[in-house]
Amino acid sequence: MLKDELGPYFGEFGGRFVPESLIAALDELDAAYNEAKNDPEFAAELAELHASYTGRPSIITEIPRFAEHAGGARIILKREDLNHTGSHKINNVLGQALLARRLGKTRLIAETGAGQHGVATATAAALFGMSCVVYMGEVDTERQALNVARMRLLGAEVIPVTAGSRTLKDAINEGLRDWVANVDDSHYLMGTVAGPHPFPVMVRDFHRVIGDEAREQVVKLTGALPDAVVACVGGGSNAMGIFHAFLDDADVALYGYEAAGEGHLTERHAATLTRGRPGVLHGARSYMLQDAEGQTIESHSISAGLDYPGVGPEHSWLKDIGRANYEPITDAEAMEALRLLSRTEGIIPAIESAHALAGAIKLGKELGPDSVILVNLSGRGDKDMETAAEYFDLIDSAEKAAAADKKASDKKAADEQNAPGEKA
Amino acid sequence: MSAVEEAIAQANRDRAGALIGYLPVGFPTVAESIEAAVALAENGVDVIELGLPYSDPVMDGPAIQKATQLALSNGFRLQDGFDAVAEITSRVSTPVVLMSYWNPIMQYGVDRFADELKAAGGAGIITPDLVSDEATEWIAASERTGLDRIFLAAPSSSDERLVRAVEASTGFVYAVSTMGITGARSDVDIAAKTLVARLREAGSTSACVGLGISTAEQVREVLTYADGAIVGSVFVSALSSGGVDAVAKTAASLSTGTLA
Repeated sequence: MLKDELGPYFGEFGGRFVPESLIAALDELDAAYNEAKNDPEFAAELAELHASYTGRPSIITEIPRFAEHAGGARIILKREDLNHTGSHKINNVLGQALLARRLGKTRLIAETGAGQHGVATATAAALFGMSCVVYMGEVDTERQALNVARMRLLGAEVIPVTAGSRTLKDAINEGLRDWVANVDDSHYLMGTVAGPHPFPVMVRDFHRVIGDEAREQVVKLTGALPDAVVACVGGGSNAMGIFHAFLDDADVALYGYEAAGEGHLTERHAATLTRGRPGVLHGARSYMLQDAEGQTIESHSISAGLDYPGVGPEHSWLKDIGRANYEPITDAEAMEALRLLSRTEGIIPAIESAHALAGAIKLGKELGPDSVILVNLSGRGDKDMETAAEYFDLIDSAEKAAAADKKASDKKAADEQNAPGEKA
Repeated sequence: MSAVEEAIAQANRDRAGALIGYLPVGFPTVAESIEAAVALAENGVDVIELGLPYSDPVMDGPAIQKATQLALSNGFRLQDGFDAVAEITSRVSTPVVLMSYWNPIMQYGVDRFADELKAAGGAGIITPDLVSDEATEWIAASERTGLDRIFLAAPSSSDERLVRAVEASTGFVYAVSTMGITGARSDVDIAAKTLVARLREAGSTSACVGLGISTAEQVREVLTYADGAIVGSVFVSALSSGGVDAVAKTAASLSTGTLA
């Protein structure tokens, strides 16, 4: 069964390519995770947190008005955007924070791209009374300023990373450096299914709840399994979370949509599985964007959460064995899908998740009106308002606003002149 | 006994122990990095450790990151690394090992990389993000070429892992002095002494301590229990602020710490 893969390797992908200083911590984490996995008390504690804090199970929503633009296929959203903190990230964070507490760690280290994982980690740290430091590329702190404020309000220290491309990749480097130095009291709370073993398998397992719930919900709604399950893929955590329950359902096609930025044939994209080749990045062997000499190539995407030149090893494996398909979606396609869902269904998705929606539009046209497509709506778009406003020119420019103000005050002055006695 | 192991043993016979000096290739230029490495050898350094710049150096602190990032933006290529090794070894007899993260070696092809390095006169490779568990291909290539494979040992390593690091390594075992990354520190961790004692228990006869060493006094202290002291960031800082002359002076000063 494909579902039974436990690492450290998925085919030729995965492993542990890290400094020796971290091996003991990874062993400790692996042991703690395996113990917790078989401990009904741990499962109960996590389930209770999800029920009373996260808001699980998350609902599913069928979106017929949106689906009219997707060849008339039935499209059903798994609403991870409705979770506390606004994305699927909380599933993994609560699981790892419980583990960290079991290990006696008092400090959480996290990397973040869009800020969703950082917000979720800062939230868990506040809930459990732990201290929290979040590394975030300087570029991302600018395009996701609202999430930086959220993290700081929650009590986390946000450190802008100025090395390298100043995005998620460099935030992970900095997080790993911090962990190497502070491994005694700190847990590195990796936010995606990448990194050294046991992170890929552990993070996947904490997100399995997405697919487990959705599988049952879709069957209940439609009477059958969906024809396809789709998700966006950066590191790949929400995709692994929803794919996992369907891995051994041979009739269910799995589609991961990568960020193609300005186009996967340009130099500005983050389409790791489409354009990359196997290498070692951030502790695991997997597909990655790199030049001929093995130097990592900087990725580009309008979506900070998908702007990553690596991908989780299980995805690389699923690609190579042909179980899942991975296709590129451009910035423009994603933004169009974001606007379409907003206008047809009244749901504003995260730009990350909009890549999955854009994929569903293409796929629906291929599969036709009798098909059922389950889409993981991994996050909500509140954090992306600034990017979207700029992209769609939704906020009046300073000049326009000043002109409008002037017009209003001129009118007021004229009114006052015409009716001088009114005030008295 | 390999050239590296012999150089360390010789330093321990003649003096308190060996001084191993690190500099990255291509900083500030390839030519100057070669001159600086030669200056290390001419001023009391027993083994040269040449770092290959890499885009994601998770074991390196700010000083070395800054230098290697500059080398990359100046267009560093792996061929520059082999050329540097060839030129340095043609000018001085000090053995030269490379320090490289794993992905560039893997992409070049492990066997091809080993062959090129051997042909250039290189003596071995330090692999900061490759533990022996994942190193089957590299171990085979080093057996075939006679290049030294230098693995890391950390204070957090279990006894079992220390035995593995000692058994897998040739030339020396790189004992990480503290739980951290590269960069000068005012005190070298007491953990280093304990770690070296544990490495001796595990059978090591060639254990060198690195990370955080920046003064002759620290070199002297480390050599009371270890076979060698590895110094990096302080040479990079010297090169950055005062050029090759400053590297020569710093090496001369630090090497006084190797005198018994």
